[in-house]
Amino acid sequence: MNKQRYFGGFGGQFVPETLMPALEELEKVYAQVSQEPEFKEELAYYLQNYAGRPSPLYYAQRLTETLGGARIYLKREDLNHTGSHKINNSLGQALVARRMGKKKLLAETGAGQHGVATATAAALLGMKCTVFMGEEDARRQALNVFRMRLLGAEVIKVSSGTKTLKDATNEALRFWVSTVEDSHYIIGSAVGPHPYPQMVRDLQSVIGEETKQQILAQEGRLPDCLIACVGGGSNSIGLFHPFIQDTGVRMIGVEAAGHGLATGRHAASLSKGSKGVLHGALTYLLQDVNGQIQPAHSISAGLDYPGVGPEHSFLKDSGRVQYAAVTDQEALAAFEALSKLEGIIPALESAHAVASCMKVAPGLTPEQIIVVNISGRGDKDVETVSEVLGGEDSEQDFTNLCNLKSQR
Amino acid sequence: MSRISQTFAILKANGDKALIPYISCGDPSLEFTEKLACSLEKAGADLLELGVPYSDPVADGPTIQKASQRALAQGVTLEKIFHLATRLRTQIKIPQILMTYYNPIYCYGLEKFAADASRAGVDGIIVPDLPLEEAGAFKKYTDAYNLDLIFIVAPTTTAERLERIAAAARGFLYCISVLGVTGSRGELPKSLEEFMTGIRSYTELPLAVGFGVSTPEMARRVAQTADGVIVGSSLIERIEKNMPVIPKEPEKVIGEISSYLNNLKYGMTLDRKI
Repeated sequence: MNKQRYFGGFGGQFVPETLMPALEELEKVYAQVSQEPEFKEELAYYLQNYAGRPSPLYYAQRLTETLGGARIYLKREDLNHTGSHKINNSLGQALVARRMGKKKLLAETGAGQHGVATATAAALLGMKCTVFMGEEDARRQALNVFRMRLLGAEVIKVSSGTKTLKDATNEALRFWVSTVEDSHYIIGSAVGPHPYPQMVRDLQSVIGEETKQQILAQEGRLPDCLIACVGGGSNSIGLFHPFIQDTGVRMIGVEAAGHGLATGRHAASLSKGSKGVLHGALTYLLQDVNGQIQPAHSISAGLDYPGVGPEHSFLKDSGRVQYAAVTDQEALAAFEALSKLEGIIPALESAHAVASCMKVAPGLTPEQIIVVNISGRGDKDVETVSEVLGGEDSEQDFTNLCNLKSQR
Repeated sequence: MSRISQTFAILKANGDKALIPYISCGDPSLEFTEKLACSLEKAGADLLELGVPYSDPVADGPTIQKASQRALAQGVTLEKIFHLATRLRTQIKIPQILMTYYNPIYCYGLEKFAADASRAGVDGIIVPDLPLEEAGAFKKYTDAYNLDLIFIVAPTTTAERLERIAAAARGFLYCISVLGVTGSRGELPKSLEEFMTGIRSYTELPLAVGFGVSTPEMARRVAQTADGVIVGSSLIERIEKNMPVIPKEPEKVIGEISSYLNNLKYGMTLDRKI
C-alpha cells in the first residue's frame, strides 16, 4: 500500500477505475510542477497581482475589548478577489490543469464561492468552465449563479438527492468520468481522493504561512490559538498546516452544529460522525448504521456537507487539533457581532469561527493571542440572515452580546 | 474452480456467450426482485448481478440512481439482501454477484461481509469505487471465503494498470466500454473491438462488457468480441415505466422484462460457433 495516499488511516482513492489514470497523472504532474521555481513564481504572481495577496492580519480591537480576554486578530481572506479563500486553490489548480494540457475545468459548489472562484480562474486563463450546484443551493444563492454565468461558466443545477453540496459533488464526479480526457476537476475543499486533500492543503497553506510572518512582525511571537471553520476543511487546514509543528499553538476547528448536536440536524462529521468512505476518501462521515450517507444541515451552505477532509480526521484522532461545534443561532449572533463591532460582515461559514472565538477569548488573558480566519465575506448571506432574523430580534442578540462584558 | 469460472468455461465449450442482467435489489420490493431473478434465469440469464442500493452511487446514471432511491425507501439493507440471496440460491443455479459501493461493505465489516455473502450463496462481488490500489484489505477476505472479487477495466486504463489488474482478478473482468456512468446509450463506441483486443492481449480471464447495451443488435456486436454482455439500466427502465402496474400485476411486468432479456439472448446466439 502506498502510504502517501493516506493521513494515518484516512484518505485513499476510492473512485471508479475510469478516474484512476487521471489521478495518477495529476499526482505525478502536481508533484513535479509544485517543485518548479517557474510554477511557484507564476502562482505567486497571480496571487499577488490578481487575487490581492497577502491578505491583511488585522487586530480586532473592539471585538477584543468587548470580549475582554485574549487579543484577537482576524486573517482577512474575505478581502481576496472573489471574496473568499477559495481563489487560492482555484488559481493553483487551474495553473496545474493548464500544465496538463486540459482545456476545461469542472467544479462543484455549495454557497457558490468555489464556483465563482473557479469560473474566475477559468476566465483569467481562457479555459472553459462547468460548475455543478445543487438546485436548493442555486435557489438560496441565485446571485452567485448569475456571477458564474457572467464570468462565462456553465452552471448545471443538480436535482438528485439532497439537492445540495454532496449531490453537486456526486454529479461533478459523474461528469468528470465522461470527460476525463480533456477536463480537470477542481475540487473546492480538502476532500476527495488522493492527491486532492494534499494539493488543496498545499495551495491553501499560503493562509497560515502569511499569518505566521504577519503575527511575528506585529507581535514578535506566535499566537496561542488558531480558530477556523470546518466544512470540508480547506481554509482551516490552510491556516493550521504551517503551525502543526509549533506545539505551543492550540488549534480549534469549528464545525456546524446546525440546530444542535443532539437534534441530529447538523453537519458535525468530526464531532458526531463515524468512519466511512465518501467522495473518494476514508474519513469521518454522517451516515446510518448501514453506511448510507445522511443529509447534513447548516444555515451555512458551505458547511452543509456530511463529510470532512481526511487530514482533519487524522488530526482529530491524533489530538493535535481540537474540534468544536457551533449552532446556527450562535453563528448568527457572531455574524451580527462582527458586523457591528468591526464593520466586517463575515460569511456565515466564517461566523462559526467567530462564534467559537467569542466562547474561547473571555477565558484567556490579554497577554494571549487568538487568530481567527475570516475565510470569506458575508455579502452572499445577507438575504439568508435577514430571512432568519427580524430587525427587533437582531437588536436583542446584539444587546445580549454586549452584556457578556458586564457579566464577566 | 468457482461457480463463475465454471459457468464461463461451460459456455465457452458450447460456443456460447454469457448474458448478465443487473437488477437493483428491492426495486420496488424484495419479493419482486426474487421473482424477477428466477424468471430472468429461465429467460436466458447466465449470471445474475444483484445491485445493493446506495445513497451516493457516483458510477451510476439517473436510471440506477432512481432505482436505488426507490429501494432505500423500502428499507432495503445488506442483511435483507443476504436473506434474498440465500432464498435465491435454492431456486436458481446461475452465479449470483453482488454489486455494491464500498461504504456499505466498510460499515458492515469487511470480514463479516465476506463471510455472510459466502454463506448466502453469493459467488462474486463487484465494487465500482474500489480500484485495485484500495482493494487489498477486502480481497484478503473475499479470497479467504472463496468469493470472486471482480475488477473493472475502463477505456482510460493504461497497459501498466491492466497488467496489474489482470494479475489480481478472479472470475472475469468487467470491461466498461465507454467513458461515463451506467445507462442506456444509442450506440456502442466505434473503438469497442480495439478496446477488447487490447485487454485480451493481457489476460485469459473471461471478459464481460457493460455500460450502454440496450438492444439485441448491440448485444450481438458485444458478443462477437467479448465473453459476456452485462445489461442493467435498460431492464430497470422497464421496471420504472411499469411502476404503477407492478403492485397489481407483477407477473405481467416480470414477463415483459424476461421476454426483453430473451430477445437480447437471441441476438447473442446469431453468431454462435459450435
